[in-house]
Parts: sequence; structure tokens; C-alpha cells
Amino acid sequence: MAGTFLQQTEGRYGALPTWFWKGTKLIATIAVTILGLLLITFFISHVIPVDPVLAVVGDRASQSTYDKMFIEMGLDKPLWQQFFFYVEKVLSGNLGNSFLTKKPVFDDLARAFPATLELATVSILIGTLVGIPLGVLSAVKSGTLTDQIVRVIGLIGYSVPIFWLGLLGLLVFYAKLSWISGPGRIDIEFEYNVTRTTGLLLIDSAMQGQWDAFRNVVSHITLPASLLGYYSLAYISRMTRSFMQTELAQEYIITARVKGVPEWRIIWVHALRNAAVPLVTVIALSYAGLLEGSVLTETVFAWPGLGLYLTNSLQVADMNAVLGGTLLIGVIFIALNLLSDLLYTLLDPRVRRRVGQR
Amino acid sequence: MNPDRLKNAGSKALLTVDDLRIAFPSRHGPVEVVRGVSFALGRERLGIVGESGSGKSQTGRAILGLTPRPGRATARTLDFDGIDLRHATPAAWRSLRGIRISMIMQDPKFSLNPVMTIGRQLIEAARRTSSRAESKDRAMAMLEAVQIHDPYRVFGAYPHELSGGMGQRAMIAMMLITEPDLLIADEPTSALDVTVQIEVLRILDRLVTDRGMGLIFISHDLRLVSSFCDRVLVMYAGRVVEEVKAKDLIRAKHPYTQGLFKCLPLIDGDRAPLPTLQRDADWAL
Amino acid sequence: MTAPISRREWLLTEQPASRRQARLGQTYRTWLALRANRLAMFGLFIIMALVLISVFAPLLVRYDPLTGGDLRTGRLLPPSWDHPMGTDDLARDIYSRVIYGSRLTLMVVALVAVIATPIGLAVGTTAGYLGGWVDNVLMRVTDIFLAFPRLILALAFVSALGPGIENAIIAIAITSWPPYARLARAETLTIREADFINAIRLQGASSARILWGHITPLCLSSVIVRVTLDMAGIILTAAGLGFLGLGAQPPQPEWGAMVATGRRFIIDQWWVATMPGIAIFLVSLGFNLLGDGLRDVLDPKAADSHNEP
Repeated sequence: MAGTFLQQTEGRYGALPTWFWKGTKLIATIAVTILGLLLITFFISHVIPVDPVLAVVGDRASQSTYDKMFIEMGLDKPLWQQFFFYVEKVLSGNLGNSFLTKKPVFDDLARAFPATLELATVSILIGTLVGIPLGVLSAVKSGTLTDQIVRVIGLIGYSVPIFWLGLLGLLVFYAKLSWISGPGRIDIEFEYNVTRTTGLLLIDSAMQGQWDAFRNVVSHITLPASLLGYYSLAYISRMTRSFMQTELAQEYIITARVKGVPEWRIIWVHALRNAAVPLVTVIALSYAGLLEGSVLTETVFAWPGLGLYLTNSLQVADMNAVLGGTLLIGVIFIALNLLSDLLYTLLDPRVRRRVGQR
Repeated sequence: MNPDRLKNAGSKALLTVDDLRIAFPSRHGPVEVVRGVSFALGRERLGIVGESGSGKSQTGRAILGLTPRPGRATARTLDFDGIDLRHATPAAWRSLRGIRISMIMQDPKFSLNPVMTIGRQLIEAARRTSSRAESKDRAMAMLEAVQIHDPYRVFGAYPHELSGGMGQRAMIAMMLITEPDLLIADEPTSALDVTVQIEVLRILDRLVTDRGMGLIFISHDLRLVSSFCDRVLVMYAGRVVEEVKAKDLIRAKHPYTQGLFKCLPLIDGDRAPLPTLQRDADWAL
Repeated sequence: MTAPISRREWLLTEQPASRRQARLGQTYRTWLALRANRLAMFGLFIIMALVLISVFAPLLVRYDPLTGGDLRTGRLLPPSWDHPMGTDDLARDIYSRVIYGSRLTLMVVALVAVIATPIGLAVGTTAGYLGGWVDNVLMRVTDIFLAFPRLILALAFVSALGPGIENAIIAIAITSWPPYARLARAETLTIREADFINAIRLQGASSARILWGHITPLCLSSVIVRVTLDMAGIILTAAGLGFLGLGAQPPQPEWGAMVATGRRFIIDQWWVATMPGIAIFLVSLGFNLLGDGLRDVLDPKAADSHNEP
């Protein structure tokens, strides 16, 4: 859904300024999409299960708990009213209680989120910093052996089951070679030395000068982040190659050659600066895609983030927790799409200011 | 103008092209789009006319060593001011392109980098021969020289913010900022509105005259070329079919040239039916 | 052309005499271009091997994939002549299970394609053909589905439907159709105003008839290509669900679930998790290699930002 938010409107409504209509339309689109997300999660929680109450409280609940939940979920009301209550509840931040942790799902998610954010951010950095140069190289050397090798590296990244690669990675680098720390985010001995301010352990430990803890966090995050980074690298390098090929075939590249601009500058400044505009969308989408990859990776590495929370809840059919997590990830997805559109607008002068005088 | 850069100004040709051939591979073997073009150029204005596909643009690009891959350009002689272009190294090309030879391209909508301001693109060209400090002044001066009245605005503008005529002026400024000895103009006005064409041509005309540089003017427009250039090469299917002084064009001998000339509309007197060009397969041989 | 011509010449002629000849010629050219791509051919080889293996599975194995051997002596044996991939914790021959697992994988891929393609086609062509508010509503719904990462949405569906391979297939299908709908809509928009569609409309054909009889068949080929390109992603999603215990249930020999079993023994009995993982990797690589080659041949400029695995 990239590119759908900002680009459709033109100043054709007369009286009010364009930005007003753009803004209104943007907000309306976001609202409709979020409502749609809620409709899907509502459908999953209230319509699909044979007994939605059982899905929330579990089959060992007493009759009184069951009845209480039946009323609380509004199951005695018609479906549309149930949906209305559901939306009202979710929008007020109430995602129900997890029956695994016995805490509000909202709080659980807030606790798990920084771990996923940290992992995904380090991964996307790896994916971008390696993927873009590989893609550029591939485009410049298009058709050569180098291009083929980069392509195969990418295809392997697409094809390998990440949970399996994670297991093998743990086997080799942790169990056999002991180069890295094993599952988890941080060893128990450092766990309580670091005060959580941002929740991002790399930043927290560095700010508090806990360099031993910092090193420990690095050695924990290296493998899962490299694996997820590889996964996003595959996509980023392929798209970079494709965008760069398009740009390198443009007339302005010939102009630059005529001007005698050195080849490295033509590639890294002229062409890449133009390819960067669509690449931003790709990177934002991969970042969102990492949330998906993180479900499996976090399970393998016992990484206490959203993914692990989601799978743990799945094992015991804790519906409130599962749907809360799903909803949060959906909202992050929308936010990232929105962000990529905004960045697109910032990077492309053609969209940025329509001064156009003729 | 830097007359000292020219070893044999006036006495010897600036550019000598002998038997230039450009071939592209295809499924049925190589296809030659330029088949043995030869000419010599001094500090004069040479027009190359021909229809699209006649090889005129490829000839221009080959002089700059910019034949697109997988095409290959070969020649018996390709000599620019004593430099053998056939064996020029990448470093040699860089010292020529933009500094001694440059090229104005057809459509500023595509030939200017859309995400760089005009100013940055001008300075990038100017930096080839000037210091960082001088470059900006040169860029401003050059924008004024192409008769842009508000150079400050244009300097900070992105290409899409300029009209076609403005964009092409900026292009001319960019290509002349280093005062090259040879300028190739590849259909410099074809993408512009008719009214703007004349203005842009006038600017180009004055700058080329003032700086005394050699010019290769590539166009499909016979009348334009004949009014603008000293000498005209007529190309057809990859060959030069006729070379003629512009003022003698009316006495051209080759039937293709005559045909082209006859098809031009006249201001006085109407032509009915409109003449069309009758082609002869022999011309392509 | 008076001289008799070879079949190859007939296919490659520049002047096809019939629409059928033109279409066959086009297909043949695509094939020739694809054949020149060694990586794509390797991918095709893997897929053919997968199909053959799943068909002839009973002939290729000596042990039953579901019942194990002697639990006292046959558990967690390392690879040997007798058990080329070793045995698992229930003394079952891993090689036999991997071979039989190919049937499950093929079934998932085929069923997802059979369910998701018609949904995508129906939504996309209807939206594109009718336009207006129908288009708006349907595309908004499509966008909402695209707003969830595929695996996450599949997880949510499976959690409501209950674990099991059928439910996993349904969940993957439900989450796979949106890109096909978008593609079908884009195709429909280009066909909708074509003269022959207008002619059919003038003859009084109903919208439903035009949609199903004329537009859908034209969109079908590009959607099928797109589904082929997605196969690897489908396999990985299914394996992921299996790994999380939400796909095929024991004792079915599903590759993802087998990796999950092996996880407990990864340090000392590495083969239990490694072997089925290699199978997943190879098959998804095969589909990716073929898909990549197909994309190159059919549309060198194909760059779809939604085509994330």
C-alpha cells in the first residue's frame, strides 16, 4: 500500500488550500484503514471461534468467570453493537487481559516492543548498509559474474527458512565456536545493572557507561540481527539494482558524462540520489517486513519481544494477547507506510514544491 | 577562449573523422547504424541533417566516446586537436569531456538531473576548470550570459521548476561554462516551443560566435541548419550522402537532399498537392 | 513460403498465420529465453524433482514415515547407510519423512494457489471493471489486508481457527490474495475500454458475463505468473506456521514441524533439524530461481514493491 496516502490529491477544490484537503484525506484514509484492521481482528475474535468466550478465558475457567466474560464481551448484543463496543474499548487502550500473564495486554506489549524495535533497527541498518552497495555494484556490473553472485546471494536470502538458519547459527557460533552469547537479550548477571529508560538496551547501557553490559548486549544481538539483516538485504539489494539500472539509463547520466564527471560520482551521487527516492519506500517496507521475520527469529533466539510474546500466547490460544499483538503490528505497518510516503515527499523535489511556472 | 590551448588553430582541422563506423550487435549479427562517415571540422559551424535513424546523433556521441553499450565505434581516424580519440584512456576522456568538448542535448526535461538544483549542476561543470570560490561567480555570470534575468532564482531552482526554454538555457550555460573548443548540439531546440526556439538559437549563436568555438549542429530541420551553419552534411541510412556549403544547398546534387528541400513549405505561393519524399533504395547502398 | 518448414521455423516465424500460432510462438520464445538462463533451469529441475519425488515417494523409501523403529535402539541415530539422514526422537527414518513431506508441501502450494487465485481475480476484475464506489470499497479492503504482514495475519487466523494443516492453508490463502487482486485490477483497467469489450457490451452482454467470459481469462495468465513467483513465500510461510506448531500436526511429516522437533536436540543431534531445513531451503530456492528467471523473461522492468517474500 505504499504510495497511496499522499499522491492522489491535486488542488482542485478551490477555496481551501491544497494542504488542507491533503491532510483531511490523509487522516480519513488512516482512519478507514485502522477501522479495517479492527474489523479483521474483531472478525477473528468474535465471529470465527465457535465460542469466543472460551477462546479468551480458556476451558478451565469457572462458570462465573465465563459468565462475567460473556457479558463483558457483549455477546448478548447484536454483532454490530459488539463491534461498536470493541472499537470503543480498543481505542481507549483496553486490549483486554492476557490470560497467560494475567496482566493487561497493552502493558505486556509496551514492555515487549522495545526489544523488537532494537532488533529490527539493528537489522535494517545491516540490511541497508550492505544491501545498497551490493545492489549498486550489481547494477553497474550488470550481466557480469559479480552481478550473478549478488543475485544468488539475494535469492538465497529469499529462500532460506529464517528459523532454521537461526538454529544452525546458534549451533555453530554459540554451541561449537562460542563466539557469541546464546539466546536472550542480555545475560542474567547484567540484567539488573541496566536501568531501563528507553528500553533499548544498547542505548541504555551505553548511556549509563555500563560497557560490560553493552558488550554483552552486542554479543547477544549480533546473530539474530545479522540473520534478519540478511533477510532484508536480499530485498533491498534487488530493488537497488533495479532502480539503479533505470536511473543509469537516463539522459541526465549522459549529461554528467559529457560534463566529465568522474564515474564514481555519476554512480553514487547522480544516479543513487535519484534511486534513493523509491528506495526509501523499499527500506520502510523491509523494516515492516522485519516485524514478520521477528516472530520466527525471536522464537528461536528467545528474544523477549513482540514476536515471542505472540508465539507464546499462540501456544496457549490466548486470544486477547494474540490479537493485541496483531493489531499493534498492523498499526506499526501503517505508520511505516505513512512515514515512507512522507520521506518520499521530502526527498523528491518534484513532489516537494510544486512552484511550476510556465 | 583559450587560443594557447590550440596547437594549430586555423591551419589544421580541429576535428578529423575518417571512416567512422558504429555497430550494434543483434540476433542476426552486427548492424551498422553509421557506415563510414568522414569529415573535417575547423573553427566553423557544421550542420548534420538527416531523418531519425540516419545515424546523426550516434555520430555526435561517438566523438565524445559515449557510444552506448553494447554498440562499438571504430574509425580509421578520429582525431581531436592532435589527440587520437580511438585509443583515449578514461583519464584522457575525462580531461576532454566538459573541458574541451561538450554537448547540448535535446530535452532539458530529461537531460538535467531532477534532484539537483541548477546551481549545483552548473557548479559541478564549472569546478572542472575553476576553484570552488570562482565557480559560483562563473555560474551566475553564465546564467546571465544565456539571458536569464533572475539568475538567483534559477540557480536555486530544480529542473522541473523551469520552463523548457529556461531549462535549455541552463543546459547551454552548463555546457559552455568551461569554454570548450568544440560544442556538439544535438537537436538543441527540437523539444522547445517554436517561439522559444528562435530565442534559444540566438543565444547559442552569439555565444558560439563570441567564443570562436567549433560547432556541430545536429538536426532534422534542413532550413534551420542551412540558416545557422556554414556547411551541411546530409546523412541518410548511416552514410553522408552529400556535403555542401549552406548557401549552395539549393543547388544540392543528391536526390535525397533535393527531395528534402522541395518538401519545405514556402511562405509565398501554395503547393498543391504537397510534395512528398520519394525514396530510392540505391541511396542506402 | 512454399518449402516445407520445420516446427521450429513455424514457431519462430515473424508472420504467424493464426492467433494460435502467434501464441505458441510467443510461448516458445519465452521458453528459449528461459532455457538460456542456467539458474532458472536449475530451479525448474528442483521443482520437477519435487513433483517426481512426491509422486514416487513409496518407491523411494524403505521405512514408514509415520511409525518409528525400536525406541530403545533406533532413536536419534546419526546418518548412516541404513538411515541416510539419521533418525528422530521417535526412531523414525528422517529420510523417509523428508521424502513424504514433499507431498504435504506440494499440497499446500497447490491448494493455496487454487483458493487465492480466484479470490484475487474476482475482487480485482470486479473492482477494475465496475469502478466507482465498488472499486473504492474493494481496493480499500485489499489495502487493509496488505496492512498486515502476511505471516502475522495468518497466525491470527490460525489461532482462531485452531491449528492444523487445512486451517494453515486457509489462513495463508486468505492472506495471499490481495496482491493478485491489485494485479488483476490493473490489467482490467487496461482492457476495460478496449474496442472488443465495447463491442461485446453493445451486443447486450451483462456485466457478469463480460467479467467472467472475457476479462477474467485475459487477466488469468499474468496472475498465474505472479502466483508462481509467490510460491517460495507460500512455502516459507507454511513452514513457519509448522515450526510454530500451528500447521500440520504430529505425526505428519511436515518439514517446518520437523525442524521444530529437532530444535530440542540441535546441539548433539544436529541432523534432526538440519535435514528437513535443507529440504525447505532447496524447494523454496527452486521456486525463487525459476520465478526470477521468469520475471526477467516476461518483464525485465518488473519491480513491484509489494513483492516481498
